[in-house]
Amino acid sequence: MFRLTILFLTLHFLAFSKQIDVCKNCTQTNIQSAISVADSGDMVFVKAGTYNEYDITINKPLTLKGEKGTIVDGQKKGYILKIEANHVTVSGLHLKNVGMSFTKDFSAIHVYKAKNFKIENCTLEAVFFGMLIEKSNTGLIKNNVVSGEGTQEITSGNGIHLWHCNNVVVENNHCHNVRDGIYFEFVTDSKVLNNLSNHNLRYGLHFMFSNHDTYNDNTFRENGAGVAVMFSKFIHMERNVFEKNWGTASYGLLLKEIYDAEIINNRFEGNTIAINIEGSTRVNYFNNILKGNGWGVKVAGACYKNVFEHNSFSSNAFDVSYNSKMNDNSFNENYWGDYTGYDLNKDGIGDVPHRPVKLFSYIVNRTPETIVLLRSLFVDIINFSEKVSPVFTPDDLVDEKPLMSFK
Amino acid sequence: MIRVEGLKKSFGKLTVLDNLDLKIEKGGIFVILGPNGSGKTTLIKSVLGMVVPNAGNISIDNQPILKEWQYRGNIDYLPQIANFPSNLSVSELLKLVKELRDKPTRDQELIALFGLEPFLDKKLGNLSGGTKQKVNLMLTFMFNSPLVILDEPTSGLDPIAMLHLKELIRAEKENGKTVLITTHIMSFVEEIADEIVFLLDGKIYFKGSIQELQQMTGQVDFEHAIAAILRREHA
Amino acid sequence: MLKIMKYSFFDLIRSRWSFVYFGFYFLLGMTLLFLNNDVSKAIITMMNIIVVLTPLIGTIFGVMYYYNSKEFTELLMAQPLKRSTIFLGQYFGLALSLAGSLVLGLGIPFAIYGVVGSAALLSFALLLAVGALLTFIFVALAYNIGLANDNKIKGFGIAILMWLFLAVVYDGIFLISLFVFDDYPIDKFSLIASTLNPIDLSRILIILELDISVLLGYTGAVFQQFFGTSLGMIASFGLLFTWVALPIGLIVRQAKRKDF
Repeated sequence: MFRLTILFLTLHFLAFSKQIDVCKNCTQTNIQSAISVADSGDMVFVKAGTYNEYDITINKPLTLKGEKGTIVDGQKKGYILKIEANHVTVSGLHLKNVGMSFTKDFSAIHVYKAKNFKIENCTLEAVFFGMLIEKSNTGLIKNNVVSGEGTQEITSGNGIHLWHCNNVVVENNHCHNVRDGIYFEFVTDSKVLNNLSNHNLRYGLHFMFSNHDTYNDNTFRENGAGVAVMFSKFIHMERNVFEKNWGTASYGLLLKEIYDAEIINNRFEGNTIAINIEGSTRVNYFNNILKGNGWGVKVAGACYKNVFEHNSFSSNAFDVSYNSKMNDNSFNENYWGDYTGYDLNKDGIGDVPHRPVKLFSYIVNRTPETIVLLRSLFVDIINFSEKVSPVFTPDDLVDEKPLMSFK
Repeated sequence: MIRVEGLKKSFGKLTVLDNLDLKIEKGGIFVILGPNGSGKTTLIKSVLGMVVPNAGNISIDNQPILKEWQYRGNIDYLPQIANFPSNLSVSELLKLVKELRDKPTRDQELIALFGLEPFLDKKLGNLSGGTKQKVNLMLTFMFNSPLVILDEPTSGLDPIAMLHLKELIRAEKENGKTVLITTHIMSFVEEIADEIVFLLDGKIYFKGSIQELQQMTGQVDFEHAIAAILRREHA
Repeated sequence: MLKIMKYSFFDLIRSRWSFVYFGFYFLLGMTLLFLNNDVSKAIITMMNIIVVLTPLIGTIFGVMYYYNSKEFTELLMAQPLKRSTIFLGQYFGLALSLAGSLVLGLGIPFAIYGVVGSAALLSFALLLAVGALLTFIFVALAYNIGLANDNKIKGFGIAILMWLFLAVVYDGIFLISLFVFDDYPIDKFSLIASTLNPIDLSRILIILELDISVLLGYTGAVFQQFFGTSLGMIASFGLLFTWVALPIGLIVRQAKRKDF
């Protein structure tokens, strides 16, 4: 006791704010009581051990830090941690067992109407929702691991869920086995960087009505339905990897009602549909690699003034597929793996224009069951005849300058 | 030795053998004659099991042979056309046939007789028709089977090989074997046949020695005797 | 049977055509692998060729060999051998030599290129297995055509027509009927129809390995079950083996009844 007092006093003198420890033998044996005795700006340090607590509420600016080996078990009863104040930092905690409800969005960490929050180095396990951030601004969510154990969409929530937020950075997190790995709705001026989102029931990344956001260097792998991006403007997606998103309604990237976006340097590999576009306008696709997908780019109507340049399409069953004869998008200087032309003047650009839309893709769009005839000789023959004189596919959809190689 | 009873065979609408009965005793040279299409080859092939009869029985040494195959180990057969796998050498073919029978052979003697040594390592596809026929003869005579069946053995042979062939056939007879031959060469028949089986319209028209045939037709000359039969039939 | 097979096999592997066939695959493998460096693309191109060419070559060599060895067959028939022994021996000799040309012709370039141990090994092995099975199937079909037709020209014509039908026409009819009966539930039909043709079946086996992603793009329950699980692979292989076994059975049956 004497020693503890010494320590307490030392720390008090060393720092402007004080540190309150939580452990089995400390004055504070649970986190909630430590928070309630803390003053603004204090640090609550949770020492290693398991704490069975839920609905822990932080209502003042402070730092909540966990020692290695600290586990907070919510016993599936509700929220675990609720942040309802500005300038709150949470780090190093291992939270598990969030309650499940059909009426409430229980989450491991709930941030509500907070500014300048930080959530770092936390592990959220067996969550319903992982982090639920609502109406909050200027935050950092970094180096966390979020995982759920749901098997059905309806009984599981999202990993990192932001609603009505702006200026938030989501960086270096790993979300898996939840419904949507990262979910944005009405989130602006935010960045999603370097995250890994895999094995989620629905989308690896899902955002709607979220403008002016940046998504760089993320990996979305083997999610039930890939990545869905809807009703948003001015988004920037660069150097992301979309891979192995397989299934009947699975996309590497689903774009719906997207305007003025940049999609650059991404890699799409082994997805059922690499990029599915519906009603998107003025989207630039530069330098993307689409390899070994079922469909490379599937255009489903109302897409105008999109530009595809310097992309590489190879080993996709269908590089580009259209459901109509209309085309208002441009394809230029892309590399096409099945290009059969030649380059006599050796300038790296094929001398014969390339038609990326095959008749068979049109047939499959109409009658999906015909897919069993993929790569049959008969299909090759009709594809060839359509290539020579287009009847069903857009005749102005031509890459006039196909690249001979892609570096 | 061979007993054929009520043998019937037709190809489509064409009846080739019509209720044919035939008995061939052990020992001697039997020549089967008849106009084209009279069923000579069909009869031989029935005995060999290559043609499946519609009705009737065939037995060799009192053993029924239809649907059997082991009995062919005791028959030496010379097919009409000699055509072998073109990329095998003569010695390989010889080895194959020997392996299939697994019986003592006198192939070296026959190779010497027909002068086949220089050809042993040649591919069968590169041999002339006559040489192929010599190989064919060698393959036939190298086993010591009690029944020998020769289908047009003289085709493509040079006079020396022809002499050797006749000697071989006579030697077989002296060893007490039964030799069954089909041929068109009448001089060959006259020279060699002990008994003639004359087929006409799928039946045995005549069976007996050349003398008996001459007596029956009243012709002194054998070829004329045959011609007389045919004329009588078509008159 | 093994003896006949051995000699037929030796006869055939020494023939000029075996060398040409082997050489073709060897050059094809070399060209595809060393000119474009993309193994998965090379495998797709090879699949397109194998699925069409092995049946064609199997068919042509099958009838050719049958008619060419007719006299030799007669010689063999005078030996103490069962008929099935003779024909199965010749059949396996031929099928093995053709399959050997394929496997070695493509296998050597791949081995040089270093496919062993790489990710493409499975697709490649599958490709060779399917090619070999197709050879066995089409040689057997061709042998049956030979056995059923004594007229060489007619037999040859029928064999080529059979190939043309299974390689091209069948798929055309299939596609058109899928188009026409668009309004009915046709996913079951389309799966069944594709298993009735060994060429389609082989193609599906390979695309199950190479293009599985696109096949999973459809909601039909039957498609999901077939393509989504290993059932598809197992069933397709099972059916391909049935496709080998049936015509072989038919060879035995035809051989028993035929007159020579």
